[in-house]
Amino acid sequence: MATQHSRSAARLMMAPAVTLLLGWMLVPLVMTLYFSFRKYLPLRPDVAQDWVGFDNYIRFVTSDAFWPAVQVTLIIVGGVLAITLILGVGLALILDQPMWGQGAVRVLVIAPFFVMPTVSALLWKNMFMDPVNGFFAHVLRALGLAPIEFLSQHSLGSIITIVSWEWLPFATLILLTAIQSLDQEQLEAAEMDGARWPSRFVHIILPHLSRAMTVVLLIQTIFLLGIFAEIFVTTQGSFGSKTLTYLIYQRVLESQNVGLGSAGGVYAIILANIVAMFLMRIVGKNLDA
Amino acid sequence: MARAVTPRRKALNTLIAWTIGLILFFPILWIFILSFKSEGAAILSPLEVLRAPWTLESYQIVQGRSDYFGHFTNSVVISLGSTLLGLLVAVPAAWAMAFVPSARTKDILMWMLSTKMLPAVGVLYPIYLMFISLHLLDTRIGLVIVLMLINLPIIIWMLYTYFREIPGEILEAARMDGAGLREEVLHVLTPMALPGLASTVLLNVILAWNEAFWTLKLTAAKAGPLTAFIASYSSPEGLFYAKLSAASVMAIAPILVMGWFSQKQLVRGLTFGAVK
Repeated sequence: MATQHSRSAARLMMAPAVTLLLGWMLVPLVMTLYFSFRKYLPLRPDVAQDWVGFDNYIRFVTSDAFWPAVQVTLIIVGGVLAITLILGVGLALILDQPMWGQGAVRVLVIAPFFVMPTVSALLWKNMFMDPVNGFFAHVLRALGLAPIEFLSQHSLGSIITIVSWEWLPFATLILLTAIQSLDQEQLEAAEMDGARWPSRFVHIILPHLSRAMTVVLLIQTIFLLGIFAEIFVTTQGSFGSKTLTYLIYQRVLESQNVGLGSAGGVYAIILANIVAMFLMRIVGKNLDA
Repeated sequence: MARAVTPRRKALNTLIAWTIGLILFFPILWIFILSFKSEGAAILSPLEVLRAPWTLESYQIVQGRSDYFGHFTNSVVISLGSTLLGLLVAVPAAWAMAFVPSARTKDILMWMLSTKMLPAVGVLYPIYLMFISLHLLDTRIGLVIVLMLINLPIIIWMLYTYFREIPGEILEAARMDGAGLREEVLHVLTPMALPGLASTVLLNVILAWNEAFWTLKLTAAKAGPLTAFIASYSSPEGLFYAKLSAASVMAIAPILVMGWFSQKQLVRGLTFGAVK
């Protein structure tokens, strides 16, 4: 089918998409690289805007904020992935059981996925986690306990909770679909052979879910590495909740130190690519593209 | 699926699943309730909130204070526009990769997906400068272009997986029967590709609707979609629970309803058909 003619036609058909994505990747990247080697403060024309070599890179890495930010990024991404995968499997197993109103429960469970991140952050921050008027504060006071300042005292846990709430529906939905395609006869045969529930879970259900779990891991990581709205709305990066994304954002937009921020951007791109390479390897094995 | 269980077991399952479902849904339900209460009632304890009279006051104030329909229209135009523009570019590409695969097809697909890993903050400033010099700042068309580029890899991947499921034999059979390219595309391919196109559109509208980073950074008064509308309620001075709830409900309701109607397509779309 693939003649020489159809091959060149195919190349032509792919050209717009490839060109656009290449441009989208390269143009900003080249500009970011360019800024990262200069002292560049757009709001301070009095300061000399010279070439500074790797100064920005060194300053960014040696600043006190850098390693904590990398750590916070990995904790948030890792925490949300762990929570959504583990609870997602559990929830999918529960929703797969025979029950009344399964379709309606499913609608309730997946709803948070459609809530825009800014809204979900505002909702949790004000209506639930607020130490004075929030829902949790009311409940704690009713129980005779002192309200908790969630976002200042437990900022990371609070943010992980919010983001997990947004992504648990996605994990559950994908895993539930995968569980429903599991061959019931195989499970029943194992049951008759005397395999108990834990061993059926480990040897039949989990391997069957591995593909779905890989997909969840890949897609969520892509989106989680860049979470912004949740932090912007809740803590603005304070109380030890500054991710690498947020740190760069502060350098570029708040202190208008574009050179320094751009160097940070290059680090973020490197980090994302390390994660991507790692992911692509797993995914490449699990999915045939 | 339909395993035989005792009614007691089924009742227990139902109880557990509904409890969890309601807990997960509760935050949304709660803002829905708060949005129909007066500002004074919204900060009372939960039981008192429920007992307080219902009112449409917050919706009226939000509508009067900020231009909901303007933001709503921007959201619709931007999410639909970026999706349609994306389709225009993605359909031929996905088509070519699905039907004329080469040794490099898989690499190209992986590379495309990897552009999604480009951290937005890392390239925000260059894009911002380009937007200024091209006069695209705070315009709908600017956002349409950016969101199209962000979602393009996903669109291509989705379409690719759908197209690949169209059997090549059917095309050959149609060709043998003397169908020209036009008939082939119109009568054979389009009907088979339609469901895939539909779910691609759905998913991308949802993604574009909820995208917050670029929409907040690249728009101001004129082109701001609902993400910007809701962000204007996040400042401490503007913070009122009932109004914030009403604004939130107005921002998420359209996409929530759309999402509910499309859950089946979403699973296939979101997993590139890898999970069925």
